[in-house]
Amino acid sequence: MASVIHPSATSESQPGRFGIYGGRYVPETLMAALVELEHEYAAAKVDAAFQAELALLLKDYAGRPTPLYFAKRLTTQLGGAKIYLKREDLLHTGAHKINNALGQALLAQRMGKKRIIAETGAGQHGVATATVCALLGMECVVYMGEVDMARQELNVLRMRLLGAEVRAVSSGSKTLKDAISEAMRDWVTHVRTTYYLLGSALGAHPYPTMVRDFHRCISREMKEQILEKEGRLPTAVIACVGGGSNAIGAFYEFIPDRQVRLIGVEAGGRGTALGEHAARFRGGAPGVLQGTFSYVLQDDDGQIAATHSVSAGLDYASIGPEHAALHDSGRAEYVSQDDKATLDAVVRLARTEGILPALESAHAVAEALRIAPMMPPHDILVVNLSGRGDKDMGILAHELQLPGA
Amino acid sequence: MAIQFRHKPGLVVYLTAGDPSLDATRAIALGAIDAGADVIELGVPFSDPLADGPVIQRASERALARGTRLKDVIALAREIRAARPEAGLVIFSYFNPILRYGLVRFADDAAAAGVDGVLITDIVVEEAQQYLAEMDRVGLAPIFLAAPTSPDERLEAIATHSRGFVYAISRTGITGKQVNLTDDAAALVARIRRWTRLPVAVGFGISNAEHVAQVGEFADAAVIGSAIVDLIERSTPETSPGAVVRFIKGLQLQPAALAR
Repeated sequence: MASVIHPSATSESQPGRFGIYGGRYVPETLMAALVELEHEYAAAKVDAAFQAELALLLKDYAGRPTPLYFAKRLTTQLGGAKIYLKREDLLHTGAHKINNALGQALLAQRMGKKRIIAETGAGQHGVATATVCALLGMECVVYMGEVDMARQELNVLRMRLLGAEVRAVSSGSKTLKDAISEAMRDWVTHVRTTYYLLGSALGAHPYPTMVRDFHRCISREMKEQILEKEGRLPTAVIACVGGGSNAIGAFYEFIPDRQVRLIGVEAGGRGTALGEHAARFRGGAPGVLQGTFSYVLQDDDGQIAATHSVSAGLDYASIGPEHAALHDSGRAEYVSQDDKATLDAVVRLARTEGILPALESAHAVAEALRIAPMMPPHDILVVNLSGRGDKDMGILAHELQLPGA
Repeated sequence: MAIQFRHKPGLVVYLTAGDPSLDATRAIALGAIDAGADVIELGVPFSDPLADGPVIQRASERALARGTRLKDVIALAREIRAARPEAGLVIFSYFNPILRYGLVRFADDAAAAGVDGVLITDIVVEEAQQYLAEMDRVGLAPIFLAAPTSPDERLEAIATHSRGFVYAISRTGITGKQVNLTDDAAALVARIRRWTRLPVAVGFGISNAEHVAQVGEFADAAVIGSAIVDLIERSTPETSPGAVVRFIKGLQLQPAALAR
């Protein structure tokens, strides 16, 4: 691994820095828009009317708070730690992504922007964005890699039904990374009229902070709910990490609670060689991709590596900068689960609890399946079930060779 | 060598290094200099060029497919410098290949190769502290982009930290052809001049003699990138140097002395 090169001053006081990570590495054309966004967000954050409107939509439209469900049968079968599932999969549109989409769309509306663009990998962020744009009467363009459009076809159809224009991205690896690049090209071109509704805790400041804030409700509720049910904090919180939005939302309120282990699960894909996985902390090195300084899967020349995961939402070469800082400080641990363990976890959860997790979220379930049996029954695991798996039926039918498929 | 514009307007030619091959890029660069290019920007191919349009994206893919690396681009710069001591030479890159190469090592090697300046597409002045220190240490000119969307306080910082010239982006958007120059470009150049006496070059979408003449009315130089990269894409490695030379001659650049 290359030495960590500090690309700039490492002061914590610099805007958008998480330790040495984060920052703003963008074409100059976008800087004015990012500074404007930073100011508008800061103003909205302390505006009681904005917060009240968002809170009402999160409650009545999205379905918050989501339940914290005790997975009793799974716990009994595994014979170790108690397993709770934070049911973000029950939210409107089927994943946690709606939290951020609602927040940012209200912000865009407040800023007077009428055209929204977004990128999407698994399509969950695209669907959430298309949904809020329909709700607020905004034009919506979603960029999606051709590979992802093929494997998440249901979400493509949902976006189109909701009135969004889905633009296929055929450059590079035709996945999330390329969709982000294309969305940024659109934004650079239409920056005066367009709001870029970024879907993960990635990109240039203020996005990683803003997206995390809109998902903080996950850990805030988790904490209240587990204290109510168990009277104590969990032993560990587990979440899958692509860009890292659901994970940072699930971790954030627990960061000061040093006794709570925070476990991020990356996509182990189908092998350990570069190009076969999306485990940035195992195979990556610090670098700059798409606006932020973080861990990046790259070759010796600084060219961004190809990635693979059975789940489109985790199939990305970099990771949110706040996770990079949590990794280096040791506050959070990052592990990986491969495609096979993930598919096994889908089946196990479906047949034990009657819950079909998204392939992304199933990475977190797989880690719980691995560690729960090694833990005493007094311990508590909270798994952030970030999305539901209906969108993955095509892949699941194929991979699991389900009869009738 | 200091960057000098010997024509009115001056001409900056962008080439993606290694497209279609390093040998071809060298031949094209030498031909371009002899035909009137004041500055050659050697583009370092990058896997994810998010500020570039399809023409330069494809050129980067071709160069990477041939295994072009940053060290090759620096070696190419050294050869061009040896053959044409008077030409301006700029390395144009995204940040990550330079970060991975090592900022200090890059500064040393680029300066030793005789490069004059460096332009990094995704470095803005706020994030440039170490980069500026390294450029200053070895005497390389950091060139920053100024955009029509940049407010005056940003233009002041951009002008203050730039050396060699300031690169004014003609319009919001990515690299690539456009039909007409917008009023954005002239207004931006006028705003930049309030903060600096450095020459100002205008780029993005400049693709023909008419554009270059228009730029000459309000700026010191025009940057041509995608139009030439497109020409190279449509030529063979053997015919591309000649095609680029004919294209540049067709721009009818005037020596700066005569223009006065």
